Amino acid sequence: MCALCGVLGADDHWTSAIARPGVYTRNGDAAMRRREAANRLKIANALLRTRRLDLREWQGGTYILSNATGATRVFQSLAHMWPEAEAMVSSGFDPLDADFLRKIEEIAR
Amino acid sequence: MNGASPPRDGKIPVNLLTGFLGSGKTTLLRELLEDPRLKQTAVLINEFGEVGLDHHLLERIDENVVLLNSGCVCCTVRGELVDALIDLDTRRAKGLIPGFDRVVIETTGLADPFPALSTLRAHPVLVNHFSLDKVVVTIDAVNGEAQLRDRLEAVRQLAAADVVAITKTDLCGADAVARLRRKLAAINPSAVTILREQAEAAHLLGGASVSPDVADAFVDAGLEGPGHRHEGESRHHHHHASGGSTVTSFSVIVEERLDWTAFGIWLTMLLNRHGDRIFRVKGILNVGGEERPIAIHGVQRLVHPPFHMKAWPDDADRRSKLVFIVEGLDPAVIKHSLRVFNDLSDRLLPRTGDNSLQPLGGIEGGDALAQTGG
Repeated sequence: MCALCGVLGADDHWTSAIARPGVYTRNGDAAMRRREAANRLKIANALLRTRRLDLREWQGGTYILSNATGATRVFQSLAHMWPEAEAMVSSGFDPLDADFLRKIEEIAR
Repeated sequence: MNGASPPRDGKIPVNLLTGFLGSGKTTLLRELLEDPRLKQTAVLINEFGEVGLDHHLLERIDENVVLLNSGCVCCTVRGELVDALIDLDTRRAKGLIPGFDRVVIETTGLADPFPALSTLRAHPVLVNHFSLDKVVVTIDAVNGEAQLRDRLEAVRQLAAADVVAITKTDLCGADAVARLRRKLAAINPSAVTILREQAEAAHLLGGASVSPDVADAFVDAGLEGPGHRHEGESRHHHHHASGGSTVTSFSVIVEERLDWTAFGIWLTMLLNRHGDRIFRVKGILNVGGEERPIAIHGVQRLVHPPFHMKAWPDDADRRSKLVFIVEGLDPAVIKHSLRVFNDLSDRLLPRTGDNSLQPLGGIEGGDALAQTGG
């Protein structure tokens, strides 16, 4: 918990697991954590913006997802990102959808 | 401790024992509990129906056996499972019941094991007191093949298994057992398959997830599977028809280094959308910026913390390999999708430092994903 703002919990998603012997994580130190968070935001936003959503991180442990009309959703774990994003759009986010993949390919080109 | 393995991280290990209706879960449990190493085991039995019967079949009824009888653990009693485990732990801490160093949860025969596994991994209180240990699945030699063909529940259970115990082998011929073994190995190549008579306490002990020491064998087992292997090609095994859909296990071999960030987002997105049709995913990854391989392992939407393996199983072959067990998903689309996400990270992320994507030289293969940066 953040002692200042009282935000509970920590992101224990498998992609940023709590560092312990043997476990692979980029959650080891602050610099590594910040760099990984920045990279994650870049990729997530490229995907989310195909549906006009925008993701920001707040205080290093909270995510704020907003759409073009200003509606926002706040969550603490990456595990919640896609369910929250899907709740904000009608068509969902399907990584196996051909149209979606085409859009991502265009960005990557 | 009577030889029981000490709790890891001070947490009580929890085994899940599941298997289709009538496949001999309770018989197996009764036999296992006779082992001195499991003397201090608390048992939670989940039964479907108004009146629980299975617990009467267990000779060792005591205050450490808790009956969850309000329905199936997979859909209705996750809350009850949480309450029962917390209650057990609290009563143990207060000295109201004898100490226990392990919990075995016996689910109903129709339970999808994933919600119970997920509850154990994700509940904010449970996660600090309990750790997931092996998932043991019983399968009946007489009816197993038909159940795997007709009932998705049976496939889900098998896919989640770390250990599969074949029961009732005395009721059918050796041929049928051999055929079932082949089928089990095709659907879940990484599980240890034993005959019920061979089951012993050791099959419950030892941890569910990969550790650096066992990761090589763990991943290799999943990747080799039955049949021969064509280098550079993905292997497809179609196993099972249920309502017109097909359960398939296949491997994806990736030539280029994977970007961890993109891979994490990709798999999370894939499991969010299709996790109910992805029974298992495991793999050994060549991640950009890492000298040693990373092992990943998931059951449906539950992905265990990834492990840093000590070394490449085969130093000459450092390609990432992923094994999927899916129902009704096209392997080619999954491969294409992974490639697109990896290309995206190549485009967006800095190419220096930990996240650099350095193509591996000297390896060619017909099944390769496209090189990055193309």
